[in-house]
Amino acid sequence: MFELLGIPPQVLLGQLLLGLINGSFYAVLSLGLAVIFGLLNIINFAHGALYMAGAFVGWMLLNYLGIGYWPALILAPLIVGAFGIVLERTMLSRLYHLDHLYGLLLTFGLALIIQGLFRNYYGISGLPYQIPALLSGGQNLGFMFLPNYRAWVVVASVLVCFGTWFVIEKTRLGAYLRAATENPALVGAFGINVPLLVMLTYGFGVALAGFAGVLAAPIYSVNPNMGADLIIVVFAVVVIGGMGSIMGAIVTGYMLGLIEGLTRVFYPEGSAVVIFVIMAIVLLIKPEGLFGRTA
Amino acid sequence: MMKQLALSTALGALFAGAGYAQGIDVKLGVLNDRSGVYADLSGEGSVVAARMAVEDFKAADKGLNVEIISADHQNKPDIGAGIARQWYDEAGVNAILDVPTSSVALAVADITAEKNGVLIDSGAGSTALTREQCRPTTVHWTYDTAALANGTGAAMTNAGGKKWFFLTADYAFGHSLEENTAKVVEANGGQVVGTVNVPFPATDFSSFLLQAQGSGADVIGLANAGGDTVNAIKQASEFGITQAGQKLAALLFFVTDVHALGAQTAQGLSLTEAFYWDQNDATRAWSKRFMDIHGAQPTMVQAGVYSGTMAYLAAVEALGSATDGKAIVAQMKKAEIDDPLFGKVSVRGDGRAIHDMYLFEVKTPEQSQGEWDLYNQISTISGADAFLPMLPECDFTKQ
Repeated sequence: MFELLGIPPQVLLGQLLLGLINGSFYAVLSLGLAVIFGLLNIINFAHGALYMAGAFVGWMLLNYLGIGYWPALILAPLIVGAFGIVLERTMLSRLYHLDHLYGLLLTFGLALIIQGLFRNYYGISGLPYQIPALLSGGQNLGFMFLPNYRAWVVVASVLVCFGTWFVIEKTRLGAYLRAATENPALVGAFGINVPLLVMLTYGFGVALAGFAGVLAAPIYSVNPNMGADLIIVVFAVVVIGGMGSIMGAIVTGYMLGLIEGLTRVFYPEGSAVVIFVIMAIVLLIKPEGLFGRTA
Repeated sequence: MMKQLALSTALGALFAGAGYAQGIDVKLGVLNDRSGVYADLSGEGSVVAARMAVEDFKAADKGLNVEIISADHQNKPDIGAGIARQWYDEAGVNAILDVPTSSVALAVADITAEKNGVLIDSGAGSTALTREQCRPTTVHWTYDTAALANGTGAAMTNAGGKKWFFLTADYAFGHSLEENTAKVVEANGGQVVGTVNVPFPATDFSSFLLQAQGSGADVIGLANAGGDTVNAIKQASEFGITQAGQKLAALLFFVTDVHALGAQTAQGLSLTEAFYWDQNDATRAWSKRFMDIHGAQPTMVQAGVYSGTMAYLAAVEALGSATDGKAIVAQMKKAEIDDPLFGKVSVRGDGRAIHDMYLFEVKTPEQSQGEWDLYNQISTISGADAFLPMLPECDFTKQ
């Protein structure tokens, strides 16, 4: 039995798997950010708050309406997405012709307001949300105990990420979308409703955040700050992957989850900063990001 | 008409002035976290508790004109210190209450001593408040990290949890809690088999929990607080760690945190508190009033603000003045306090309030009768056993 730097391989395998699970959250969240930035040029700072809102909507559906986890996994993203569309129509759409900074400031302010409202009504300690009965328990893999729910998180995230990438990069709808960001006037001239396309894109990006929120509710503390704690890391993921690159966001999300997982074994104190160290290195060597198209 | 109005106004002012001249003006400032991680366990609830104390003390009947103000220190020492200074210098505050977050509390304790005010701390955990940085104007009311360690640490070690592995929040508070607990564990014949320093704040604890699991420890000591502890416990249950027989020790955990986890996940957890709403008729009656105003059950920190304020007002009444902070704290140290919530309390020479602490276990969902019916009381730890002995140089009654 070989050992790597004094760590038995079973432990290493376990930690890699855990890294992959965390990477799943990074991937879904950074994917939403990348879609919004790539196609709308908006730096969506409200993404973390909307992720939190997704988890809370899941909780509300269960506690106020008795709607369980599985329907919530569909309904909560739709509700959060609809909310996102309202934000886009009433506020964000007025900023498209301005500098990125205005969108960033607006969404940052929105994030603070959304978090403040939830904190006011639900407090800071968080709310309980149980793992659905179908996915409770777990499998003994020999090297670790894998909770069924975590396995589901990886599967769900891979499916969503692949689906999104496929729609945007390989379908006609995706082609319209990419064309509309490249040259909205020309695409509009072909009779395609560009504002509708943009609105739905923002709604979809935000719905991804809501989806990640419901996915996170049974395993992380459901509290108003849950998004704020995560969003900075997710931004770093997007920067490393290349702002706006769909594939970049997905691959980097999983990859950084793995690297973070390994850091937790070899040097736990550094696990909170390792992603930012990588970000700094990438920015120095390849400022457009690992998968970025142009600088 | 105008003349009459002017006359009555002048008379009114005269009477008002006379009224104040007879009473003692007392201004209390509740300084705590109103928006961050400690907002639920202190926050507005502590202000509610302070108001209830003023009401129950019947301050107005006793000639005390008490005013309560509050502010958010955002868990930042510089902001907390700035507010404390402004309160003492400009707002005429006589005493500062609550102050969770040890780093802020220590800064405010220094300013309070400098301005001869009074700090009655309920929310902070650091033992330094009555040891390394003891001040004649500080009273540390509710708990400290040593009392938590003596409660949970000793009880779990004696119950057979000899091998401990710590998940420690990687900042001053986490390290101090770990150190205090490790001492207690070793003193009771246990040993520490490992520690992992977890960056603060953390969302995912699964890596660290698996390291703890692999260590073969009997007990996983969670030297962290708030959302970190909630996440760690939630995930320990998910990964089957508690089911496999390893026990979790939540070293700083409040009833609001247990409420957030739910009895399903938190069941069986041991923890130490100075107060629980469902202990006796007095705590139940008081907590019901609190719940009606605030919408949640009180934490020990909020209950401590109430009791500390009662004791403070009694000392002010006895002295007939609220201006000399040192004298008021000295008076509090002389008093024999029988508090409706904390029972018999004495304030020691170093400012440490000595009272019983209690070891609780979280109920199972079957035992729990309602969303706040969460604890079974396991044992009582007497004040003498719970808190560290006094350092002679901190005994201000002898100076």
